[in-house]
This record gives sequence, structure tokens and C-alpha cells, in this order.
Amino acid sequence: MRALDLKLIRDLRRIWAQSLAIALVLGCGVMVLVLANGSERSLILTRDAYYDRNRFADVFATATRAPEALKGEIAHVEGVAQVDTRIAVNVVLDLPGVQKPAMARVLSLPPDGPPLLNVPLLRLGRMPDPLHPNEVVLSEDFAQANRLIPGETFRAILNGQMRTLTVTGLVLSPEFIYLIGPGTMMPDDQTYGIIWMNRDAVAAATDLSGAFNDIALQLTPTASRDRVIQQLDLLLAPYGGTGAYGRDRQTSDAFLSSELHQLSAMSLILPPIFLIVSAFLVNMVLSRLIALERPQIGLLKAIGYSGQEIATHYLKLSIGIGIIGVALGWIAGAWLGRSMTALYADFYRFPYLLYAPGTWSFVISGILGLVTVIVGALRAVRASARLSPAVAMLPPAAPLFRRGWIDGIGRTFRLRQTTMMILRSITRWPGRASVTLFGVSASVAVLIASFFSFDSMKQMVDEVFYQTNRQDITLTLTGSRLRSTEEAALTLPGVLRVEGAYSLPVRLIHGSKSRLATVEARGDGDVLARLLDTDGHPVRIPPEGLTLSESLAQELAVTPGDTIDMAMLVPPRETVQVPVAAVIRQSLGQSAYMAETPIFALMRQSAQVNQVHLLTDPAALPAFFAAVKRAPGVNSVTLWTDVRDQFDATMNENLMRMTIIYSILGILITVGVVYNAARIQLSERAHELASLRVLGFTRAEVGYVLVGELMLLTTVAIPFGWLGGYGFSTMIASGFSTDLFRIPLVITRKTYALASVITFASALASALIVRRRLDRVNIAMSLKQRQ
Amino acid sequence: MATTVFRMQGITKVYRTGAVDVQALRGIDLELFEGEMVVLLGPSGSGKSTLLNILGGLDTPSAGRAFFRETELTSLGDAGLTAFRRNHVGFVFQFYNLVPSLTARENVALVTEIATKPMRPEEALERVGLADRINHFPAELSGGEQQRVAIARAIAKRPDVLLCDEPTGALDSQTGIVVLQALYDINRDLGTVTALITHNAAIRNIAHRVIYLADGQILRTQENASRAAPSEVSW
Repeated sequence: MRALDLKLIRDLRRIWAQSLAIALVLGCGVMVLVLANGSERSLILTRDAYYDRNRFADVFATATRAPEALKGEIAHVEGVAQVDTRIAVNVVLDLPGVQKPAMARVLSLPPDGPPLLNVPLLRLGRMPDPLHPNEVVLSEDFAQANRLIPGETFRAILNGQMRTLTVTGLVLSPEFIYLIGPGTMMPDDQTYGIIWMNRDAVAAATDLSGAFNDIALQLTPTASRDRVIQQLDLLLAPYGGTGAYGRDRQTSDAFLSSELHQLSAMSLILPPIFLIVSAFLVNMVLSRLIALERPQIGLLKAIGYSGQEIATHYLKLSIGIGIIGVALGWIAGAWLGRSMTALYADFYRFPYLLYAPGTWSFVISGILGLVTVIVGALRAVRASARLSPAVAMLPPAAPLFRRGWIDGIGRTFRLRQTTMMILRSITRWPGRASVTLFGVSASVAVLIASFFSFDSMKQMVDEVFYQTNRQDITLTLTGSRLRSTEEAALTLPGVLRVEGAYSLPVRLIHGSKSRLATVEARGDGDVLARLLDTDGHPVRIPPEGLTLSESLAQELAVTPGDTIDMAMLVPPRETVQVPVAAVIRQSLGQSAYMAETPIFALMRQSAQVNQVHLLTDPAALPAFFAAVKRAPGVNSVTLWTDVRDQFDATMNENLMRMTIIYSILGILITVGVVYNAARIQLSERAHELASLRVLGFTRAEVGYVLVGELMLLTTVAIPFGWLGGYGFSTMIASGFSTDLFRIPLVITRKTYALASVITFASALASALIVRRRLDRVNIAMSLKQRQ
Repeated sequence: MATTVFRMQGITKVYRTGAVDVQALRGIDLELFEGEMVVLLGPSGSGKSTLLNILGGLDTPSAGRAFFRETELTSLGDAGLTAFRRNHVGFVFQFYNLVPSLTARENVALVTEIATKPMRPEEALERVGLADRINHFPAELSGGEQQRVAIARAIAKRPDVLLCDEPTGALDSQTGIVVLQALYDINRDLGTVTALITHNAAIRNIAHRVIYLADGQILRTQENASRAAPSEVSW
């Protein structure tokens, strides 16, 4: 091995702690890239393979009752490759030993083999025998949660009739990778599942023989999806079609896409911070090393090494640090990616989910990591190449200090000389102070951006569950009923208050923008389901016009005062022009609202309900559940307290995990920056600090000079970190928000304080670790040397 | 008889460097008296600096006892030695050891801020003839001026003892004489016990007493019947 390379290896070993501190920061950036990119790729690969193999449809639609003959007509629409019709109904179940009413969506299976599209994947048992109308297969997780194995039976109310069904098998479906009940956000395997049943049996029970109410299409590769949707809407309109939609509006696919969206946002937002900080650190440490090795550089040049050879030597050193960082990042990224994928496998219902990060994320993160250290090293390395041998072998000139504004501060506040040393050092090397400032504020920012998710989730929960949906239970009815249904609901056991609601499926059109949505009719006196203005205060529904959620208004590009077209997707199926009256805050979902009087006037109908919100007496719930299980008109039951608990539990678990990871990342930046800055300070000022010891300063007083400067910089950096954290949280809130939910930008004082305290403590700990080295400096010996 | 300020009994110092033990001092017995200026003379490695460091509480002996007045230095820990240096000792080194980010006045103030009965920094700098350079940073001062700032810093706390390790080692003779004059004046005017290490035999004539060291031992001591003035020294 060449002598210069031996020197390189020994140098790296000598400055191992500093190299490791940089490598860790760099590794964080690489890790996030590998983690986010790898998980994204794994999810996409698995999803695509699953969709492909089980023929996940491209377009979906529902109707009230469409004749089977329409299928042929739909198949002829240009761009349609496959058509699959079926019957889909919601049912309330009476499961053995389960008090709460569980619900399921019943889907019909064709009599002559598997469906053409959205093919269920059999995991256990067998598919139902077409000759046995009571045989069903269940979605796997629902069956497992309720201990329903093939051979078991359970009861369901199908169109008002209690039926006993026999389980023959368990399946998974590409349609239900993320399976949630109506009106909920999180999967609850115990209370919501999918039942596949022979079509004849479902048709007989639902009175839909020779007809369908649910359709799925597969498109040809060149088809225009929007045009097909338009055609399909036209064809289904006479049969109660409520608007066709593509995969992007299909619940399961939309959730999966939002997850992918978040992963890709994460890989864009986070890594640059770590890479920039590491580049600065490399520059800082390498500059110091080169300053220390000036005489050696002079000697090397004197004996004939070229500037380029010396530059390459130091460049290799930084690449060495880069390689360590990239390797650490790869290992941590692959490991975390694996556990993240396991988490996904838990959350999403894939038949298999393999962690396959692909070489791409490794290659790209590796290249970025190495480019970072090279860019960081360039300035210092160029200086080493330019150093003339004669100058290099002379001791470096003493640093020049000048009188300036610092003196005024010193005089005004009667600062001690040790404090003046701190202030002069900062103003003498502003570049180095800026790196520390930048690094520490980046760390505060990462921590704020991590903790802010708790604040925004808390706000979201408060808004969704305490401010807007204050009902305990929502019953969705099988169809529209007269307002008198409210009185009937009041007679159910334990019901304290009833508020009827009506939701109208519409297509909202503004210029070239069009969106499927539901308009919810709101009564003036509603106190359970409420609306919030953009500041979060409850508001009354405007007497006229549409009220839109912020994200819906943004997507349609409308503001209050604009007029939009509202196509009603139920009779009278007219398109009317309505003004936008107000825009409100809504974190979950995208809805539109209208006062009941104008909505029913537009529909030319008397007021109706298709939902009832209930306030109930908890003590009477068993009796209430028993009654609901027998009630014929109930399509689905939403238990808001359950939804809230589920939401809280899932969010807290996931957020906690993410917060721990982000906090480690944030702390690592501070440690990397402050530790390196302190080591450099110590190396430059050992002599000066030893002088103070000789003069009779205690260890603590001398430590103050070293630690004080870094802590002063840390203190100054923290407010910048607040600003950065705010900006960073804004990016995350908008980057992570999707059609499904909108992350409110809320950062509490507690979050700012916590991020500051953690950063301050980790900076102090890093500086104190270096301060301990001061104790090892031999005072007498260090004073014998020339400065 | 003058009062004893320092008393050393059987001071031995062994340095362990790697596998080799280096015996720096071998059983030194020594006393320094009130108002005395002593020059320690000897070749490199004779143990001069080690002796000075032990006197100043920068180092501790391997064996033997050292007293400063009634206090046994050899029984003090790190905090005790720090307090001893802080309250009683002024150091002057060959390479000045000024804080580059502080002006001459501030370098002196560094000490007066932590001393119990200091003189004003300006007064200390006047004593070494630097009244007009008080607002200069070390990099703006010549070597001799820097060394005089170091002396001002050492005396500003009104120390009981001034320990100087090759104070003129890095200076030319003309500048060296100015520095020696400053030390001489302080010893005369303030009565500060002054111990001065030098390679330069010519300097011995300004001392009350000269202690010759070789190989970690005191070879002999010599009292000067009459002291020369620093201006008479030449090298």
C-alpha cells in the first residue's frame, strides 16, 4: 500500500469519532432515501402484481337497479375491455357472542366460475357451491377476527330477512387491500367485512334477479378513462347510477395511493437537510485537518508530491467518511424498510408483501451520499492543493482580531473576558458559527416537524370527533325515508336525541374541473353534526347556496361567490347552477353542504332522511344493539366512539414510531454538528484554554469558554429552528395531505418547547463530552509548545 | 533571616513515557525566601521546568513534600492547586501564551477578574511600560511587547511568587533586557518572590541566588554578593 494511503487510513482512525459523527448525519439522509424509496417501490411492485393477477378494475359504478342486458351495451363503449356486473348490498350481522352489530358488504359471485374482474383470492377452504344459496366466503381478516373458519355459521339480515349463512372459505381481494366500513377511517376487522355469495341467492334476497347494481370495467390500454366514465354515467343514469369513478376514487386504492404519496413526499423533503448538513460538516472538519497538517503538506510538496496528489489524498479521506455514512444509511434503511414493510403487511391486506427495495434506491442514495461529501470537501481540498510548500512549512499566521461592535457590547454589559473570548471567536470565524447555527436549527426544525404531527392529529381528532360529529351513533338507512323516521328512531332503546340527515350524490362541475361528491342537507337547528369555519369555530349553514370543504373548493378552483354546476345523481337527475356560499374547514374527506330547504326545493321533494345521527345512553347500548340488529331499514351502523378509539390507537402507535425515528434523526444532526465544532474548537484552542488553567481558572471556568460558545450558538439557533420547523411542517402538511384527509397545520407551544429542550440538551451533552478531553490536556506540556 | 516562602523536601519526579521511566527530579531539597529573586540554571533535561511546575502547582511530585508557607502543596488536589495558582502564583512562559482574541488590557483583566486583591489592568501594563498599547491585540504587538503583557498579566493579581520559564528565550537581547528589567523592577518594588529559568548564564547576575541543576539534582547554589542591573546583561 502506498505510504499516502496508509496515512489516510491512520488519519481516519485517528479522527474516528468526528468521522463517525459526520457519517451518522449523512447516513440519516441515505437511510431516509432507502427507507422511503424502498418501501414505496415494494408497495408499488406488490400492488401492481396483485392488481394485475387478480384483474383489479379500472372504473367502478353503482346503480339502483340496471337490467343485465345493459352489460352488452356497456361492453361496446369505446375503450372498454371487460365488463363485470354484480349485486352489492350492505348487511347488518348478528355474530355469535358479539354484542355490537357487525356489518358487511355482500358481493355476488357469478354462477359459472370466478368473476371476470376483482377476482377474490382463495386463502382457505373453497368457493361457495352454486347450488347452495347459503354458502359464503368471507374476507380473511374479518373471518379471523371473529373466529369464523370454514364450516361455521352466522346470521345476517338480508333485505329484512334473517338468514343463516355457512362459511366455506376465506379470501382476499385487490378491491379491499385497505378495508374500512362506511363513514370510518381505520379498518376494524371485528365489525366490518366482505361477504361473497352466489348471485342467485343475493338476487333473490334483494329482488334484483336479471339486474345488477354494481359494475366494474377494465379498459383497453389506450382508452380515455374520463370518456368511458362519461358514457357509463349516461348509460346508467336511467337506472339510478350515482356516478362512475376511476381507481383514484376507489377507497382502498385511494388510501394506498395516499400512503405512496406520503412516502414519496418523505423522500423529497427530509434527505436534503441531512445531506446539506453533512456537506458543511465535511468542509469544517477537513479544513481543520488540513490546517493542522500544513507542515506535512509543505513537506510532501517539498519532496515532490503534486498539488493534485495531495488534493486527491484529502478527497479520498472525505470519500472514506462518505462510504461509511452510505453503508450505515443502507444498513439502517434496509432494516427499517423491512420493518416498515412488515407494518404495511399488518395494515394493508396483501396476499404477500415482500420488501424489495431494488438496487435503484441504493444506487441513487449512494451516489448522492458520495457527491455530498465530495462537494463538502472541495473548498478545503482546493486550498490544500494551492498551498505553496514554503508557506506551508511556516507556522500559520496568528489569527487577526479587530476591534468592533463586540467591544461596545462588552463594555455596556461589563462582560467577563471569558465571555469576550466567546464573542470574538464567533465573530472571527462567522462561517464556522454559521454551520453550527444552521445544523442546530435544522435539528430543531426536524424535531418540530416530527412532533407537529401529534398536534395536527389532536386537532383533527378534536375537529372530527368532538366539534363536527358529536353524535354517538349514525344509522345509514337502506333508502330515503320521510322525516317521521326520526320519531321512529327516538323510540329505539336508549336514544336521547335524533337528528335526521340526507346525503345527495352529485357531480360538481366548475369549468373543466369536475368532482363526484355528496351534498349533505343540514337543518338550521342541528347540534350533533356541525360545520366549522376555516378558523375552526362552529358555523350555521348558510340559508342558500353550497358550502364546500376547503380542499373540495381548491380542487374545483372556486371561492365563495362563484357559481358551479351541480348534477344530481338521483331523481330528478337535473343539473342546476348553485352559488358557492361558504368554504369550511374539513380535515377528513371532501364534502359539500346545503341547507335542507333549498336542497329539497331543487329536488322538488318533501324533506327526507337517509341517515340518522343519535345521541344515546351508554347504559342502554346492549338493548339498542339488539334492536338495531333486527331493524329492517338499517343499511349500516357507525359507532363514533369506536371509530375514534380505533383512530386514536392506530395514529398514536404509528405516530409514536415515526416520532421516535425522527427524534433520533434530529438529535443526530445536533450531535454531529456540535461534537465536531467542539472538537475543532478544542484542537485550535487547547493552548489558550491550558493558559487559563495555569492562570488559576477552574475546570468549570475553562469549560465555560468551550461549551459556552456552542451553547450560545445553540441558543441563537433555536428561534431559527422554530421558523425552519414551521416551514418544514407546512411542507409536510401539504405534502402529506391527500384527497382523503388534509393535515391541519397546528404547532403548539409545547412542540416548540420540547424540540428546543431536546436540541439544547443534546448539544450540551455533545459539548460536555468534548469538554472532558480538556481534563486530559497536560497543562505544563502544552504551554511549552509554540502556538 | 528572611521568611521561608517555599520549602521542598526530597522531591522526586518520575515520568512514565511508554515503557521507559524518566527520572526528572531526584530528591530535591530547596527553600525560597521572601523577596528573593532566584535563577535556575542548567542544561536541557536537568529538571528546571519540572521543578518550576511543581512549585507553581502545575504538576505534582512522585515523592517528597513541598510547602508554600504553611500549606503543604503535595497534599492538595486539583481544586486546591487551582486555587493556589489563582491566589498566589504568576506565570511567565517562553511563548507568552496570550489569548489572541483579547487585547492587552483584556488579557490582564482575565486575571484581575478572578483575583482577590488585584491591581488595575492599566496599572499592571504601565509597570511593564505598555500604557500606550493597552488596546492592541497580541497579533498587533511585537514579541517583547507580548512578553511584557504576559508579565503584566502575571503580576496584576499581586502574586506572592512569580515563576518565569525562559521568559527571554524567544527574544533578541535588546528586547530581552526590557523584559528582564520589568521582572527586576517588580521584584524590587513589590517584593515578589521570583524564580526564573534560563539557559542563559549571563542572566544569573541579576539574581540574589543562583541554583545550578543537572540530571535532576541541585549541583550547587551560589549567592550573588552584588546584583547586576538587567541593562548590564548581554548575550
